[in-house]
Amino acid sequence: MSTETEARPADAAPDRPGAINAVPVRHPGRWVAIAVIVVLVAMLVHLLVTNKAFDWSFVFEAMNQQPVINGFLKGTLLVTVLSMVVGVGGGVVLAVMRLSDNPILSGVSWVFTWFFRSIPRYILLFTMGTLGILFPQGIAFGIPFDWKIIDWLGMSGDWRFFTLDANQVFTGLVAGVIGLGLSEAAYMAEIARAGIMSVDPGQAEAAEALGMSRGKVMRRVVLPQAMRVIVPPTGNETIAMLKDTSLLLAVPVIGELFYQLQSIGSTYYKTFPIAVAATLYYLAATSVLMVGQYFLERHFGRGFGNKAPRAARPAGAGGA
Amino acid sequence: MPLVHAVNVTKSFHHNEVLKGIDLDVDRGQVVCLLGPSGSGKTTFLRCINQLETIDGGRIWVDDELMGYADRDGKLYRLKNKEIAAQRREIGMVFQRFNLFPHKTALENIVEAPRQVKGESKKTARERAMKLLDRVGLADRCNAYPAQLSGGQQQRVAIARALAMQPKLMLFDEPTSALDPELVGEVLAVMRELALDGMTMIVVTHEMSFARDVADTVVFMDGGVVVEAGPPKDVIGNPQHSRTQAFLSRLRSEHEHP
Repeated sequence: MSTETEARPADAAPDRPGAINAVPVRHPGRWVAIAVIVVLVAMLVHLLVTNKAFDWSFVFEAMNQQPVINGFLKGTLLVTVLSMVVGVGGGVVLAVMRLSDNPILSGVSWVFTWFFRSIPRYILLFTMGTLGILFPQGIAFGIPFDWKIIDWLGMSGDWRFFTLDANQVFTGLVAGVIGLGLSEAAYMAEIARAGIMSVDPGQAEAAEALGMSRGKVMRRVVLPQAMRVIVPPTGNETIAMLKDTSLLLAVPVIGELFYQLQSIGSTYYKTFPIAVAATLYYLAATSVLMVGQYFLERHFGRGFGNKAPRAARPAGAGGA
Repeated sequence: MPLVHAVNVTKSFHHNEVLKGIDLDVDRGQVVCLLGPSGSGKTTFLRCINQLETIDGGRIWVDDELMGYADRDGKLYRLKNKEIAAQRREIGMVFQRFNLFPHKTALENIVEAPRQVKGESKKTARERAMKLLDRVGLADRCNAYPAQLSGGQQQRVAIARALAMQPKLMLFDEPTSALDPELVGEVLAVMRELALDGMTMIVVTHEMSFARDVADTVVFMDGGVVVEAGPPKDVIGNPQHSRTQAFLSRLRSEHEHP
């Protein structure tokens, strides 16, 4: 061992090049940039603190009003969660249908995606709020075309089990969730399809060779791996959905964050602080979602390289 | 009746006939090696046995059961996916590229099918999985993900995964072709042991020494037909057909002058 130490070139052999101790490249540009940014940040802070238009006490007071808080919790958070549940669930089902061997299922999925991707969300939500007009007698659940069949058989009465009032279904948050959920399902269908197609076909083959049924192959082997590809764009979609809940006004839903803030603003003739209050709410909610996405990515990234789960950070995870 | 009984199997991909009437019988406990140049149809034939490919003509029986169809009074009825899945349970398959489930650990990979397909209890499945891991020499790596294992280790886990379903027949599709040369030995050693234990095996391979030492029958395929079949000492040691001779001499020269 001692001979090896002696033989180390840096110590023992002055005629051979040793450890490198070079002057690093200087970066004067970086110092200039830092100086510029420091000045700009100082100007921004000065603006935020001294400009009377911000009216911070009014901002926080407006944020703290019960209707605003309710609008945030129900109109923004709850609708986001429910719409994404409908959207992700529906999207995965649509993607599996689209990729199935059954041409009918595949076609239905294609038409659904075509239809709901074609309609702007604002107009879709407006339409959802007016759909009640189609069903003046309500939406009945029972045997289809029961009146015809009863007519043929020469009987009377009806074969309906219960009836919903269409004007109550297509109103408020329910209409909003249905509209946003269906629209989201169309987008999620494409994301889920991309995820499923990204999984090596050998995976499904190996699972099939073990005797697993088609459904099990999809649920146990393909989808968990597809999730790695599906989660980042779904995070994007969730954040977009969070912001699109402000479109609920088209239904119309008034128990919604921005509508409530605006009504306070118009009462007190203060518009700008209201915009600041809404921005703060959306910033906070998006930040929480990004943390959630980080943990989801870590969960579904397991097994893909030693470093993969740790490499994705919340900042990068937000997606471009 | 032999365990595997294939008669006049044909298969085309888009008008390209890959199998032109393959006959093959494999008795219980036998090891059959399929040799041949790439494109000869040996992998396709292997995949036809457990129905990863559907055949266009001929019949394949495994353990007296017609694969993929029910024969009622001479008329064939295609089996449902569920019934095909049930037939596959009896046949283990090992792939060239391992195809381990990357999101599951070695142990979870092995436990998956017995739990999900046979509904075995967690305890039973785990106990057998640990025994199998021990048998392939990887008990200490049971909690490693496939990405943390070498190619040879992954393939040994893949063999254990197939064995966990307690199959009657094992199919190996070029199990060592994707491995670095120094990792080939450990996988072949596991396969040799499996053969000694009496497992019926069909192996597509380019490993001549394995075929010579372990196989009961060597089948040389070329252009979608069986050119020559018999004991290894005949087919490898003294090939009768010119195509077999050409293939073997090409293989030998590559080995000597890589």
